Amino acid sequence: MSKPKALLIDITKCIGCKACVYACKEANHLPEKEDEELASTSYTVVKEKEGVYYRRLCMHCNEPTCASVCPVKAFEKTPEGPVTYHGKKCIGCRYCIQACPFSVPTYEWESTKPLVRKCTMCAERQKQGKITACSEACPTGATIFGDRDELLNEARKRIQENPGQYVDHIYGEKEAGGTSVLFLSSVPFEKFGFPTNLTEEPLSDLTWKIMSKIPNYVVVSGVFLYGIYWIINRRMETKELKNKSKDKE
Amino acid sequence: METKINSPFKLTFWKGVLIVIWILGIVATIVRFSKGLGASTNLSDQFPWGLWIGFDILCGIGLAAGGFTLAAIVYIFHIKRFYPILRPTILTAFLGYIMMIFALLFDLGQPWRIWHLLIYWNPHSVLFEVGWCVMLYTTVLALEFSPILFERLGWGKPRKWISKVLIPLVIAGVILSTLHQSALGSLYLIMPEKLYPFWYSSIIPFLFFLSAVAVGCAMVIFESHLSYRAFGHRLKMDLLADLGRIMLVTLVVYAILKIQDFSGRGVWSVIFQNRPETYLFWLEALVGVIVPVIMLAIKKIRLSERGLYYVAVCTITGFLLNRLNVSVTGMEASSGVHYFPSWMEISITLAIVATGFFVFSLAVRYLPIFEHPEEESESESSELAEEILNVDTMPK
Repeated sequence: MSKPKALLIDITKCIGCKACVYACKEANHLPEKEDEELASTSYTVVKEKEGVYYRRLCMHCNEPTCASVCPVKAFEKTPEGPVTYHGKKCIGCRYCIQACPFSVPTYEWESTKPLVRKCTMCAERQKQGKITACSEACPTGATIFGDRDELLNEARKRIQENPGQYVDHIYGEKEAGGTSVLFLSSVPFEKFGFPTNLTEEPLSDLTWKIMSKIPNYVVVSGVFLYGIYWIINRRMETKELKNKSKDKE
Repeated sequence: METKINSPFKLTFWKGVLIVIWILGIVATIVRFSKGLGASTNLSDQFPWGLWIGFDILCGIGLAAGGFTLAAIVYIFHIKRFYPILRPTILTAFLGYIMMIFALLFDLGQPWRIWHLLIYWNPHSVLFEVGWCVMLYTTVLALEFSPILFERLGWGKPRKWISKVLIPLVIAGVILSTLHQSALGSLYLIMPEKLYPFWYSSIIPFLFFLSAVAVGCAMVIFESHLSYRAFGHRLKMDLLADLGRIMLVTLVVYAILKIQDFSGRGVWSVIFQNRPETYLFWLEALVGVIVPVIMLAIKKIRLSERGLYYVAVCTITGFLLNRLNVSVTGMEASSGVHYFPSWMEISITLAIVATGFFVFSLAVRYLPIFEHPEEESESESSELAEEILNVDTMPK
């Protein structure tokens, strides 16, 4: 089995040409209309903040929140890296959109048979041995595709070799348990509105701590409640019997 | 059953209101299903859960909490004195759950796939738990409610069968609804960076459960007052006062947990920040917890019908504020957008609630829901409670 893949996005190299956006639209057969923010018609967008261009797309978490919250298992983290979506299962509860820490999944609000839409990390293209459309299209190498561990090494190397050029942080290395999309930047990530209050613990652990206790809870409280019922019932019965025998006397 | 109808004019007025609400609801329903969620709601990718989840589901299920609280009191703890209010409470819970399922069908993007919950399992998802609790508990409530229907139809046999499995049924109901009430809070456990710190908490499942118990009692008091005004059935004061006491204990425990939680997470430093969340939080705390606790602590109020009614109204209002704060206002800051429901969202909610009231009034009129208070006090226990205690084998 091949190693998990990832994308490394070096914001310092991005020139804002949007080649990735157009390539993405073509690869995923999305309408040409441009969106300001991620939408069901745009799996990635290039945005600008104070002269710095950056991308937004699905982070493809190692422990995806969307896959954890989906009641019908419509999301799946594949061993190759991409978090894929099985639209046929989706009931449209939109818990994934609500819960995603990176606010990535979007919904087809105008449709009467709506589905969730988000970047697929070109899972289909990857199966054919190709790299993602965005990394293929990027003219400056701002988005590159490769093995996750190799890209992490590359990112560390760039930080070390160019002191002062980067913030000493690889966004996505550890955020929410780590992601398959990694960012390097010259400006602190909160400037772009990237959530910086995420712990290294996957968010899904927060619910699993409670959910994993449910089977025990059901058994224990079932026995406990029946016990209470039985004890009180027994007491009342014996009381009745005593009264009865007293009456006979 | 005899009913008191106040005046024909009042009835037509309410009928008129009902018809207007229904017409608006039908229009909104047509738009919802022919044009989709985008055309009918103000929901967006930034704000995917709105009024239907916040009010219809979080509030609706909470307000139905009287059902399991009272079933446990009567059947498991054998406190038979509460039997007279059990039936209206179970009816409310049953209707509440059915209304909630209706609301869910509007909110789900593809409601015709709701049965997918049965075949695609994800035990890691809180929503999976919620879905199963709703399905199972609605079934339990239907069975708990069925004796009333069988009585009306005069079907002795099914009535007997039900009473034989009643205890396991009640226990299952209590377990399912404690799970369900707390799970609605657990839904938000996974969003620590999205939900405002006043409401996000690792103990949110317990807080949701406790507030559901308190509001369950408040709902029983409230309903008893309303049904007295509408139908002339009055509940005995000592029962209501006991419910008041349960409420007091629950709310005090809730307050202590909340204070501990705030200290643990260091929320006190932001508690007086000049932000909309601060005002909403204090309003919620004041109306839903502080005022009711003070009022209930005063014996004179706890033992007066009017006083208890005001306490109940306060607690219910505070509860609604809390659930809407968790689901709507507490999420706004992190979403970066402002959400207010569209008229269609509001009218579908109104139509569902109005239909609930309508069915409740029909049920009260045509089914043996309210026992006659005098009979109750004489025989002290009902036929059903007697069956459970096996006293019918003993001479009377």
